Amino acid sequence: MFIKRLPKFEYHAPTSLSEALDLLAKYDGKARVFAGGTDLLVSMKRREVLPEHLINLKGIAELKGAYYDDKVGMKIGTLVTLGEIEHSRIIQDKFCALWDAVQVMASPQIRSLGTVGGNLCSAAPSADTAPPLIVLEASVDIISSKGKRKVLVENFFKGPEESVLKPGEILTQILIPNPPGRSSGAYLKLMRRAAMDLAQIGVAVSLSLDSEKRICRGARIALGAVGSTPIRASKAEQILSNKEINETVGKQAGKIAAQEANPRSSIRASKEYRREMIEVLTKRAVMAAYRRIN
Amino acid sequence: MKQEEITLKVNGTNYRVSIEPRRTLVEVLRENLGLTGTKKSCNEGDCGACTVLMEGKPVASCLVLAMDAQGKEILTIEGLSEGQRLHPIQEAFLKHGAIQCGFCTPGMVMSAKALLDENPEPTTIEIRKAISGNLCRCTGYQHIVDSIMAASKMMQKKP
Repeated sequence: MFIKRLPKFEYHAPTSLSEALDLLAKYDGKARVFAGGTDLLVSMKRREVLPEHLINLKGIAELKGAYYDDKVGMKIGTLVTLGEIEHSRIIQDKFCALWDAVQVMASPQIRSLGTVGGNLCSAAPSADTAPPLIVLEASVDIISSKGKRKVLVENFFKGPEESVLKPGEILTQILIPNPPGRSSGAYLKLMRRAAMDLAQIGVAVSLSLDSEKRICRGARIALGAVGSTPIRASKAEQILSNKEINETVGKQAGKIAAQEANPRSSIRASKEYRREMIEVLTKRAVMAAYRRIN
Repeated sequence: MKQEEITLKVNGTNYRVSIEPRRTLVEVLRENLGLTGTKKSCNEGDCGACTVLMEGKPVASCLVLAMDAQGKEILTIEGLSEGQRLHPIQEAFLKHGAIQCGFCTPGMVMSAKALLDENPEPTTIEIRKAISGNLCRCTGYQHIVDSIMAASKMMQKKP
Protein backbone atom coordinates (compact mmCIF):
# COMPACT_ATOMS: atom_id res chain seq x y z
CA MET A 1 0.00 0.00 0.00
CA PHE A 2 1.08 3.54 -0.72
CA ILE A 3 1.76 5.13 2.65
CA LYS A 4 4.79 7.27 1.95
CA ARG A 5 5.23 10.63 3.54
CA LEU A 6 6.70 13.60 1.74
CA PRO A 7 10.48 13.55 1.48
CA LYS A 8 12.53 16.20 3.23
CA PHE A 9 12.90 19.61 1.64
CA GLU A 10 13.56 23.17 2.65
CA TYR A 11 10.35 25.16 2.59
CA HIS A 12 9.95 28.71 1.31
CA ALA A 13 6.81 30.81 1.32
CA PRO A 14 7.58 34.05 -0.55
CA THR A 15 5.01 36.84 -0.39
CA SER A 16 6.00 38.60 -3.60
CA LEU A 17 6.87 37.55 -7.12
CA SER A 18 10.33 39.16 -6.94
CA GLU A 19 11.09 37.22 -3.78
CA ALA A 20 10.02 33.98 -5.49
CA LEU A 21 12.19 34.73 -8.53
CA ASP A 22 15.19 35.50 -6.29
CA LEU A 23 14.72 32.16 -4.52
CA LEU A 24 14.47 30.31 -7.85
CA ALA A 25 17.64 31.99 -9.12
CA LYS A 26 19.48 31.36 -5.83
CA TYR A 27 18.68 27.62 -5.72
CA ASP A 28 19.24 27.25 -9.45
CA GLY A 29 17.95 23.84 -10.55
CA LYS A 30 17.43 22.60 -6.99
CA ALA A 31 14.09 24.28 -6.35
CA ARG A 32 10.54 23.66 -7.54
CA VAL A 33 7.64 26.06 -7.32
CA PHE A 34 4.12 24.84 -6.67
CA ALA A 35 0.62 26.28 -6.63
CA GLY A 36 -2.11 23.71 -5.95
CA GLY A 37 0.36 20.90 -5.31
CA THR A 38 -2.01 18.19 -6.53
CA ASP A 39 0.54 16.95 -9.09
CA LEU A 40 3.88 17.85 -7.51
CA LEU A 41 3.17 16.56 -3.98
CA VAL A 42 2.06 13.18 -5.38
CA SER A 43 5.25 12.92 -7.50
CA MET A 44 7.30 13.79 -4.43
CA LYS A 45 5.56 11.15 -2.30
CA ARG A 46 6.35 8.64 -5.04
CA ARG A 47 9.98 9.85 -4.98
CA GLU A 48 9.79 10.68 -8.68
CA VAL A 49 10.77 14.28 -8.01
CA LEU A 50 13.01 15.23 -5.10
CA PRO A 51 13.52 18.99 -4.96
CA GLU A 52 15.84 20.25 -2.24
CA HIS A 53 13.82 23.45 -2.02
CA LEU A 54 10.08 23.81 -2.33
CA ILE A 55 8.73 27.27 -3.11
CA ASN A 56 5.07 27.77 -2.27
CA LEU A 57 3.51 30.41 -4.52
CA LYS A 58 0.21 30.62 -2.64
CA GLY A 59 1.23 33.61 -0.54
CA ILE A 60 1.82 35.83 -3.59
CA ALA A 61 -1.11 38.21 -3.98
CA GLU A 62 -0.08 39.24 -7.54
CA LEU A 63 -0.81 35.72 -8.79
CA LYS A 64 -4.35 35.52 -7.40
CA GLY A 65 -7.71 36.37 -8.90
CA ALA A 66 -9.49 36.17 -12.23
CA TYR A 67 -10.62 39.37 -13.90
CA TYR A 68 -12.77 40.10 -16.92
CA ASP A 69 -12.65 43.19 -19.05
CA ASP A 70 -14.88 43.44 -22.11
CA LYS A 71 -12.05 44.97 -24.14
CA VAL A 72 -9.12 42.80 -23.11
CA GLY A 73 -10.84 39.56 -22.14
CA MET A 74 -10.16 37.26 -19.22
CA LYS A 75 -7.06 37.30 -17.06
CA ILE A 76 -6.60 34.25 -14.87
CA GLY A 77 -3.88 34.44 -12.23
CA THR A 78 -1.79 31.32 -11.91
CA LEU A 79 -3.17 30.62 -8.41
CA VAL A 80 -6.81 30.54 -9.55
CA THR A 81 -8.17 27.09 -8.75
CA LEU A 82 -10.17 24.84 -11.04
CA GLY A 83 -13.00 25.21 -8.51
CA GLU A 84 -12.99 29.01 -8.91
CA ILE A 85 -13.27 28.58 -12.70
CA GLU A 86 -16.10 26.07 -12.17
CA HIS A 87 -18.02 28.66 -10.13
CA SER A 88 -17.33 31.61 -12.43
CA ARG A 89 -20.42 32.89 -14.27
CA ILE A 90 -18.36 34.78 -16.79
CA ILE A 91 -16.36 31.66 -17.71
CA GLN A 92 -19.59 29.70 -18.02
CA ASP A 93 -21.13 32.35 -20.29
CA LYS A 94 -18.24 33.47 -22.45
CA PHE A 95 -15.56 30.78 -22.33
CA CYS A 96 -17.70 27.66 -22.17
CA ALA A 97 -15.11 25.22 -23.54
CA LEU A 98 -12.94 25.96 -20.49
CA TRP A 99 -15.96 25.71 -18.21
CA ASP A 100 -16.82 22.30 -19.73
CA ALA A 101 -13.28 21.12 -18.99
CA VAL A 102 -13.24 21.98 -15.29
CA GLN A 103 -16.55 20.17 -14.77
CA VAL A 104 -14.94 16.85 -15.70
CA MET A 105 -11.52 17.28 -14.11
CA ALA A 106 -10.53 15.14 -11.11
CA SER A 107 -12.99 15.61 -8.22
CA PRO A 108 -14.42 18.47 -6.13
CA GLN A 109 -11.76 18.05 -3.42
CA ILE A 110 -8.97 18.23 -6.03
CA ARG A 111 -10.58 21.11 -7.93
CA SER A 112 -10.54 23.19 -4.73
CA LEU A 113 -6.76 22.85 -4.72
CA GLY A 114 -5.48 22.40 -8.28
CA THR A 115 -4.96 25.40 -10.54
CA VAL A 116 -5.30 26.09 -14.27
CA GLY A 117 -1.70 27.32 -14.35
CA GLY A 118 -0.51 24.13 -12.68
CA ASN A 119 -2.48 21.98 -15.10
CA LEU A 120 -0.62 23.67 -17.98
CA CYS A 121 2.79 23.55 -16.28
CA SER A 122 2.49 19.82 -15.53
CA ALA A 123 2.11 19.52 -19.33
CA ALA A 124 0.39 16.15 -19.42
CA PRO A 125 -0.67 15.25 -22.98
CA SER A 126 -4.15 14.77 -21.48
CA ALA A 127 -4.24 18.14 -19.63
CA ASP A 128 -7.92 19.03 -19.81
CA THR A 129 -7.52 22.81 -19.75
CA ALA A 130 -5.14 22.78 -22.74
CA PRO A 131 -7.49 22.05 -25.69
CA PRO A 132 -10.06 24.66 -24.54
CA LEU A 133 -7.38 27.30 -23.98
CA ILE A 134 -5.88 26.55 -27.41
CA VAL A 135 -9.22 27.04 -29.20
CA LEU A 136 -9.84 30.19 -27.15
CA GLU A 137 -6.51 31.53 -28.48
CA ALA A 138 -5.23 31.96 -24.93
CA SER A 139 -1.66 32.87 -24.09
CA VAL A 140 0.38 32.72 -20.90
CA ASP A 141 2.66 35.29 -19.30
CA ILE A 142 5.99 33.91 -18.14
CA ILE A 143 8.43 35.76 -15.93
CA SER A 144 12.01 35.17 -14.78
CA SER A 145 14.65 37.34 -13.19
CA LYS A 146 15.80 38.12 -16.76
CA GLY A 147 12.48 39.40 -18.03
CA LYS A 148 8.99 38.60 -19.25
CA ARG A 149 7.64 36.76 -22.27
CA LYS A 150 4.29 35.76 -23.67
CA VAL A 151 3.60 32.37 -25.26
CA LEU A 152 0.46 31.09 -26.95
CA VAL A 153 -0.92 28.03 -25.14
CA GLU A 154 -0.81 26.37 -28.56
CA ASN A 155 3.00 26.69 -28.51
CA PHE A 156 3.47 26.03 -24.79
CA PHE A 157 3.91 22.25 -24.86
CA LYS A 158 7.07 20.44 -26.02
CA GLY A 159 6.49 16.82 -25.07
CA PRO A 160 4.94 14.63 -22.39
CA GLU A 161 5.37 16.50 -19.07
CA GLU A 162 7.51 19.05 -20.89
CA SER A 163 6.71 22.67 -21.63
CA VAL A 164 8.67 25.67 -22.86
CA LEU A 165 9.12 26.80 -19.24
CA LYS A 166 12.82 27.02 -18.36
CA PRO A 167 14.26 26.62 -14.88
CA GLY A 168 13.94 29.98 -13.15
CA GLU A 169 10.70 30.86 -14.92
CA ILE A 170 7.21 31.16 -13.41
CA LEU A 171 3.92 31.20 -15.29
CA THR A 172 2.13 34.22 -13.84
CA GLN A 173 -1.17 34.43 -15.69
CA ILE A 174 -3.33 33.12 -18.48
CA LEU A 175 -4.91 35.60 -20.89
CA ILE A 176 -7.96 34.71 -22.94
CA PRO A 177 -8.98 37.29 -25.54
CA ASN A 178 -12.62 38.29 -25.67
CA PRO A 179 -14.33 35.94 -28.14
CA PRO A 180 -16.04 37.53 -31.18
CA GLY A 181 -19.84 37.89 -31.29
CA ARG A 182 -21.94 34.90 -32.39
CA SER A 183 -19.31 32.49 -31.20
CA SER A 184 -19.16 29.70 -28.68
CA GLY A 185 -17.31 26.51 -27.92
CA ALA A 186 -17.39 23.14 -26.23
CA TYR A 187 -15.05 20.57 -24.72
CA LEU A 188 -15.89 16.90 -24.67
CA LYS A 189 -13.87 14.36 -22.73
CA LEU A 190 -13.98 10.63 -23.09
CA MET A 191 -13.27 8.86 -19.81
CA ARG A 192 -13.75 5.42 -18.27
CA ARG A 193 -15.71 6.75 -15.34
CA ALA A 194 -17.45 10.05 -14.75
CA ALA A 195 -14.76 11.48 -12.45
CA MET A 196 -11.18 11.05 -11.26
CA ASP A 197 -9.91 9.87 -14.61
CA LEU A 198 -7.51 11.15 -17.21
CA ALA A 199 -8.91 11.75 -20.65
CA GLN A 200 -8.88 8.87 -23.11
CA ILE A 201 -9.26 11.72 -25.56
CA GLY A 202 -10.41 15.32 -25.21
CA VAL A 203 -11.79 17.51 -28.00
CA ALA A 204 -12.31 21.27 -27.83
CA VAL A 205 -14.03 23.26 -30.56
CA SER A 206 -14.73 26.95 -30.94
CA LEU A 207 -16.92 28.34 -33.71
CA SER A 208 -17.89 31.78 -34.83
CA LEU A 209 -20.77 32.20 -37.25
CA ASP A 210 -21.96 34.78 -39.78
CA SER A 211 -24.67 37.34 -39.06
CA GLU A 212 -27.38 34.77 -39.79
CA LYS A 213 -25.79 32.29 -37.40
CA ARG A 214 -25.49 29.59 -40.07
CA ILE A 215 -22.23 29.84 -41.97
CA CYS A 216 -18.98 29.23 -40.09
CA ARG A 217 -16.66 32.24 -40.24
CA GLY A 218 -14.00 30.84 -37.95
CA ALA A 219 -13.35 27.47 -36.36
CA ARG A 220 -10.70 26.11 -34.06
CA ILE A 221 -10.29 22.51 -33.01
CA ALA A 222 -7.80 21.16 -30.46
CA LEU A 223 -7.25 17.64 -29.22
CA GLY A 224 -5.86 16.20 -25.98
CA ALA A 225 -4.40 12.76 -25.19
CA VAL A 226 -3.87 12.02 -28.88
CA GLY A 227 -0.12 12.49 -29.09
CA SER A 228 2.86 13.65 -27.05
CA THR A 229 1.29 17.09 -26.52
CA PRO A 230 -2.15 18.65 -26.89
CA ILE A 231 -2.47 19.59 -30.57
CA ARG A 232 -4.45 21.83 -32.87
CA ALA A 233 -6.24 20.12 -35.76
CA SER A 234 -5.88 22.90 -38.33
CA LYS A 235 -6.82 20.85 -41.41
CA ALA A 236 -10.07 19.84 -39.77
CA GLU A 237 -10.73 23.52 -39.02
CA GLN A 238 -10.46 24.34 -42.74
CA ILE A 239 -13.21 21.82 -43.50
CA LEU A 240 -15.62 23.89 -41.42
CA SER A 241 -14.56 27.25 -42.71
CA ASN A 242 -17.27 29.06 -44.76
CA LYS A 243 -19.59 26.06 -44.59
CA GLU A 244 -23.04 25.75 -43.17
CA ILE A 245 -22.66 23.83 -39.91
CA ASN A 246 -24.47 20.50 -39.75
CA GLU A 247 -23.81 16.88 -38.78
CA THR A 248 -22.32 16.07 -42.20
CA VAL A 249 -19.59 18.72 -42.15
CA GLY A 250 -19.03 17.97 -38.46
CA LYS A 251 -18.37 14.38 -39.37
CA GLN A 252 -16.05 15.35 -42.22
CA ALA A 253 -14.06 17.56 -39.86
CA GLY A 254 -13.92 14.68 -37.36
CA LYS A 255 -12.46 12.35 -40.01
CA ILE A 256 -9.72 14.82 -40.84
CA ALA A 257 -9.04 15.53 -37.13
CA ALA A 258 -8.58 11.79 -36.54
CA GLN A 259 -5.98 11.75 -39.34
CA GLU A 260 -4.13 14.69 -37.83
CA ALA A 261 -3.82 12.96 -34.46
CA ASN A 262 -1.13 10.48 -33.54
CA PRO A 263 -2.60 8.55 -30.60
CA ARG A 264 -0.88 5.66 -28.86
CA SER A 265 -2.24 2.64 -27.08
CA SER A 266 -2.17 2.75 -23.30
CA ILE A 267 -3.99 1.22 -20.35
CA ARG A 268 -6.77 3.77 -20.91
CA ALA A 269 -7.50 3.08 -24.59
CA SER A 270 -6.04 1.59 -27.77
CA LYS A 271 -4.86 3.91 -30.50
CA GLU A 272 -7.54 2.56 -32.88
CA TYR A 273 -10.30 3.33 -30.38
CA ARG A 274 -8.92 6.79 -29.71
CA ARG A 275 -8.82 7.54 -33.44
CA GLU A 276 -12.42 6.38 -33.92
CA MET A 277 -13.58 8.45 -30.99
CA ILE A 278 -11.81 11.61 -32.15
CA GLU A 279 -14.10 11.48 -35.17
CA VAL A 280 -17.22 11.01 -33.04
CA LEU A 281 -16.37 13.58 -30.38
CA THR A 282 -15.23 16.21 -32.88
CA LYS A 283 -18.60 16.01 -34.63
CA ARG A 284 -20.43 16.20 -31.29
CA ALA A 285 -18.32 19.13 -30.08
CA VAL A 286 -18.92 21.04 -33.34
CA MET A 287 -22.66 20.50 -32.97
CA ALA A 288 -22.59 21.42 -29.26
CA ALA A 289 -20.77 24.68 -30.01
CA TYR A 290 -23.21 25.39 -32.86
CA ARG A 291 -26.25 24.81 -30.65
CA ARG A 292 -24.85 27.09 -27.98
CA ILE A 293 -24.68 29.99 -30.44
CA ASN A 294 -28.19 29.41 -31.68
CA MET B 1 14.57 19.36 9.06
CA LYS B 2 13.60 22.60 10.72
CA GLN B 3 10.47 22.63 12.86
CA GLU B 4 7.97 25.43 12.34
CA GLU B 5 5.51 26.73 14.92
CA ILE B 6 2.09 27.13 13.40
CA THR B 7 -1.49 27.66 14.57
CA LEU B 8 -4.30 25.66 13.01
CA LYS B 9 -7.95 26.56 13.52
CA VAL B 10 -9.83 23.29 13.49
CA ASN B 11 -13.54 23.07 14.33
CA GLY B 12 -13.37 26.53 15.87
CA THR B 13 -10.46 25.73 18.21
CA ASN B 14 -6.95 27.11 17.77
CA TYR B 15 -4.19 24.52 18.10
CA ARG B 16 -0.53 25.48 18.33
CA VAL B 17 1.76 22.81 16.91
CA SER B 18 5.41 22.49 16.04
CA ILE B 19 5.86 20.57 12.78
CA GLU B 20 8.19 19.93 9.88
CA PRO B 21 6.96 21.77 6.75
CA ARG B 22 6.69 18.48 4.87
CA ARG B 23 3.82 17.28 7.08
CA THR B 24 0.44 17.14 5.37
CA LEU B 25 -2.76 18.37 6.97
CA VAL B 26 -4.16 14.84 7.38
CA GLU B 27 -1.00 13.75 9.21
CA VAL B 28 -1.12 16.69 11.60
CA LEU B 29 -4.86 16.30 12.24
CA ARG B 30 -4.46 12.62 13.08
CA GLU B 31 -1.03 12.45 14.69
CA ASN B 32 -0.61 15.81 16.43
CA LEU B 33 -4.19 16.80 17.22
CA GLY B 34 -5.54 13.29 17.78
CA LEU B 35 -8.45 13.97 15.42
CA THR B 36 -8.51 10.50 13.90
CA GLY B 37 -12.00 10.80 12.44
CA THR B 38 -10.41 11.99 9.20
CA LYS B 39 -9.07 8.90 7.46
CA LYS B 40 -5.92 8.47 5.41
CA SER B 41 -6.04 5.89 2.68
CA CYS B 42 -4.58 6.33 -0.81
CA ASN B 43 -2.55 9.40 0.19
CA GLU B 44 -2.60 10.61 -3.43
CA GLY B 45 -5.91 12.47 -3.61
CA ASP B 46 -7.74 9.68 -5.42
CA CYS B 47 -9.97 8.18 -2.72
CA GLY B 48 -11.51 11.08 -0.79
CA ALA B 49 -11.17 9.39 2.63
CA CYS B 50 -9.22 12.39 3.96
CA THR B 51 -11.74 15.02 2.80
CA VAL B 52 -12.11 17.97 5.17
CA LEU B 53 -13.51 21.45 4.58
CA MET B 54 -11.09 24.34 4.32
CA GLU B 55 -12.80 27.74 4.15
CA GLY B 56 -16.00 25.82 3.41
CA LYS B 57 -14.58 23.99 0.41
CA PRO B 58 -13.87 20.26 0.30
CA VAL B 59 -10.15 19.44 0.03
CA ALA B 60 -8.10 16.27 0.00
CA SER B 61 -6.15 16.88 3.21
CA CYS B 62 -3.40 14.47 2.10
CA LEU B 63 -2.46 17.00 -0.61
CA VAL B 64 -2.48 20.07 1.63
CA LEU B 65 0.67 21.03 3.50
CA ALA B 66 -0.28 21.81 7.09
CA MET B 67 1.72 25.03 6.63
CA ASP B 68 -0.83 26.06 4.00
CA ALA B 69 -3.77 25.51 6.35
CA GLN B 70 -2.65 28.31 8.66
CA GLY B 71 -5.19 31.07 9.01
CA LYS B 72 -7.91 28.96 7.39
CA GLU B 73 -11.11 27.64 8.95
CA ILE B 74 -10.83 23.87 8.94
CA LEU B 75 -13.83 21.66 9.60
CA THR B 76 -13.42 17.93 10.21
CA ILE B 77 -15.96 15.22 10.93
CA GLU B 78 -15.42 15.85 14.67
CA GLY B 79 -16.78 19.37 14.25
CA LEU B 80 -20.17 18.38 12.86
CA SER B 81 -22.09 17.01 15.84
CA GLU B 82 -23.08 19.19 18.76
CA GLY B 83 -22.20 17.10 21.80
CA GLN B 84 -24.30 13.95 21.56
CA ARG B 85 -26.55 15.48 18.91
CA LEU B 86 -25.56 14.27 15.48
CA HIS B 87 -25.62 16.50 12.42
CA PRO B 88 -28.62 15.72 10.13
CA ILE B 89 -26.24 14.26 7.51
CA GLN B 90 -24.79 11.87 10.10
CA GLU B 91 -28.28 10.96 11.31
CA ALA B 92 -29.41 10.25 7.75
CA PHE B 93 -26.34 8.05 7.09
CA LEU B 94 -27.21 5.96 10.16
CA LYS B 95 -30.90 5.74 9.39
CA HIS B 96 -30.48 4.76 5.73
CA GLY B 97 -27.76 2.16 6.17
CA ALA B 98 -25.15 4.26 4.38
CA ILE B 99 -22.40 3.05 6.72
CA GLN B 100 -20.98 -0.39 6.07
CA CYS B 101 -17.32 -0.72 7.04
CA GLY B 102 -17.36 3.01 7.78
CA PHE B 103 -13.93 3.92 6.44
CA CYS B 104 -15.20 6.20 3.66
CA THR B 105 -17.92 7.69 5.87
CA PRO B 106 -16.14 10.75 7.30
CA GLY B 107 -15.01 11.80 3.82
CA MET B 108 -18.44 11.14 2.34
CA VAL B 109 -20.14 13.14 5.09
CA MET B 110 -17.76 16.07 4.59
CA SER B 111 -18.33 16.07 0.82
CA ALA B 112 -22.08 15.98 1.48
CA LYS B 113 -21.75 18.88 3.93
CA ALA B 114 -19.88 20.96 1.34
CA LEU B 115 -22.60 20.23 -1.21
CA LEU B 116 -25.56 21.01 1.04
CA ASP B 117 -23.96 24.24 2.31
CA GLU B 118 -23.71 25.47 -1.27
CA ASN B 119 -26.79 23.80 -2.75
CA PRO B 120 -29.39 22.91 -0.07
CA GLU B 121 -31.71 21.11 -2.51
CA PRO B 122 -29.50 19.08 -4.84
CA THR B 123 -30.68 16.65 -7.50
CA THR B 124 -29.51 13.04 -7.48
CA ILE B 125 -27.04 13.86 -10.25
CA GLU B 126 -25.64 16.79 -8.29
CA ILE B 127 -25.20 14.51 -5.26
CA ARG B 128 -23.40 11.90 -7.33
CA LYS B 129 -21.15 14.58 -8.77
CA ALA B 130 -20.39 15.96 -5.31
CA ILE B 131 -19.24 12.55 -4.02
CA SER B 132 -17.51 11.55 -7.27
CA GLY B 133 -14.14 11.95 -5.54
CA ASN B 134 -15.05 9.65 -2.65
CA LEU B 135 -14.60 5.92 -3.06
CA CYS B 136 -16.67 3.42 -1.07
CA ARG B 137 -15.17 -0.02 -1.49
CA CYS B 138 -18.22 -1.64 0.13
CA THR B 139 -19.91 -0.01 -2.90
CA GLY B 140 -22.87 1.23 -0.88
CA TYR B 141 -23.28 4.30 -3.05
CA GLN B 142 -27.04 4.14 -3.49
CA HIS B 143 -27.65 4.27 0.27
CA ILE B 144 -25.19 7.14 0.56
CA VAL B 145 -26.99 9.10 -2.17
CA ASP B 146 -30.34 8.36 -0.50
CA SER B 147 -28.98 9.59 2.83
CA ILE B 148 -27.75 12.86 1.41
CA MET B 149 -31.12 13.40 -0.24
CA ALA B 150 -32.88 12.62 3.07
CA ALA B 151 -30.52 14.96 4.95
CA SER B 152 -31.31 17.72 2.48
CA LYS B 153 -35.05 17.29 3.15
CA MET B 154 -34.49 17.12 6.91
CA MET B 155 -32.44 20.32 6.88
CA GLN B 156 -35.09 22.12 4.80
CA LYS B 157 -37.69 21.44 7.48
CA LYS B 158 -35.53 22.73 10.33
CA PRO B 159 -34.51 26.28 9.46
